[in-house]
Amino acid sequence: MTITLNHFSAAAVFALFASIVFGITHRETTREMVRYGLYCFAMFLGGVLVAGWAMWVLRR
Amino acid sequence: MANSTTEKTRVVQAQPASVMAVIAPAVGWLIPGAGHMIQRRWIRGLLLFMSISTLFVLGLAMQGRIYKANGGDILDILGFVGDVGAGGLYIVTLAMDWGQGAIAFATADYGTKFIIVAGLLNFIAVADAYHIAIGKKR
Repeated sequence: MTITLNHFSAAAVFALFASIVFGITHRETTREMVRYGLYCFAMFLGGVLVAGWAMWVLRR
Repeated sequence: MANSTTEKTRVVQAQPASVMAVIAPAVGWLIPGAGHMIQRRWIRGLLLFMSISTLFVLGLAMQGRIYKANGGDILDILGFVGDVGAGGLYIVTLAMDWGQGAIAFATADYGTKFIIVAGLLNFIAVADAYHIAIGKKR
């Protein structure tokens, strides 16, 4: 069985699961875990978008 | 006098080493999330198991490559260290001879990285299970 993901989908899936693990392991209360997980997810995806546009600018 | 003890700066006194401080990390390495489940953190353990296992399996499904023990290139050694963090998943994959990698697929490189990151995330989960076992974390 082979799964093919495009670049953004792969990044989104990676960000989702890494954020869940980070949220659980880096915070104590449930509320803090959820907030930190969402923060990490936003940073992962935001970083992907920023890096993508930065590479586009560099290539121009 | 102002109370300077806040939630963020609260210092938890760690308990001396116990049997659980050895078993929880060991079990957590073998089965992702199990170190938390045996300490009755069921939801955390289940979420860790689902996240780490899904990343690992997706990596295999994307034709990612599994690194075996080697003494070669530093990146190959680091890849092995990352993969071995997945514990039982890595052992089963080696036993079933999966993870040969397929250069023909463009996303195979993503798959390889997914597998490595799954292992590294499990190392973090193992450390968290240990901290719970010694009372450093709730």
